[in-house]
Amino acid sequence: MPTIVVEVMPKAELLDPQGKAVTAALTRLGHTTFSNVRVGKRFELTIEGDVDSALLAEVREIAEDILANTVIEDVVSVHESPRAR
Amino acid sequence: MRIGVITFPGSLDDRDAARAIRLAGAEPVALWHGDHDLHGVDAIVLPGGFSYGDYLRAGAIASHAPIMAEVIDAANAGMPVLGICNGFQMLAEARLLPGAHTRNAHQQFIRRDQKLRVESATTAWTNTFTAGQEIVIPLKNADGRFVADAETIKRIEGEGQVTFRYLEVNPNGSMGDIAGVSNERGNVVGLMPHPEHATEPGFGPDTSDAMRSGTDGLAFFTSAIATLVG
Repeated sequence: MPTIVVEVMPKAELLDPQGKAVTAALTRLGHTTFSNVRVGKRFELTIEGDVDSALLAEVREIAEDILANTVIEDVVSVHESPRAR
Repeated sequence: MRIGVITFPGSLDDRDAARAIRLAGAEPVALWHGDHDLHGVDAIVLPGGFSYGDYLRAGAIASHAPIMAEVIDAANAGMPVLGICNGFQMLAEARLLPGAHTRNAHQQFIRRDQKLRVESATTAWTNTFTAGQEIVIPLKNADGRFVADAETIKRIEGEGQVTFRYLEVNPNGSMGDIAGVSNERGNVVGLMPHPEHATEPGFGPDTSDAMRSGTDGLAFFTSAIATLVG
């Protein structure tokens, strides 16, 4: 079944409390290579049928309208998953 | 005077809001998220709670509920609309109010009796306060951090749309200590703290006079009545 993946991240200039907490946890566990972690969201939209550019455009619209709040988040990717999950 | 309170799946404070409306002297009307009917009410309260378990984002799914189509039309036509906590989040998600909310900067749920300054006493829900008045009402939230881009902050500060500001403690990291905002017209107001929990002696925040005697929240609802009476 084709799947369209939407990825959403908090805007870079906004504080990401989740990412900050994860960064602190990694540092505490001795993983000091990573200076920063940011946490976003991934949506998987399963469809019956084929994925075309019109459908991808519709999903991008849904993503900007509902899946993300563009005041605080950016839609960073809308793409067809390369393999069924 | 009939003021509607909309119940969404996961609303918690709808009955407290209805009680506050009655104590203020108006008739509360229970409204249902799944209806396309405002039952002829004169004003609307979107209550606190955790609609849809805060899934997606706090208030996001509720902001697309069937009744929100009527709420948006009524708000744009000038009807007084108040969003409390989760209701504030819904109004921001519905773009009836500027800004958005993220997780509290310190990551914790917080509940405290919160001191606020009334920055604007010209809105439909604050006109029986005086500008600069300090009030104490309960606050309780996890996603209460008000954020907006620099341009929006500058605009709402300049236009007098910052309605309430946190005093002494900024409980969630909100930009500019902003606790509540209004739309340009002043008929739509949202805030994170809960006026409906400070409307009856014995059940409000402590004051210097007596325990739990704080009723600073009552004026929100008497303001709406005053607006409607004209």
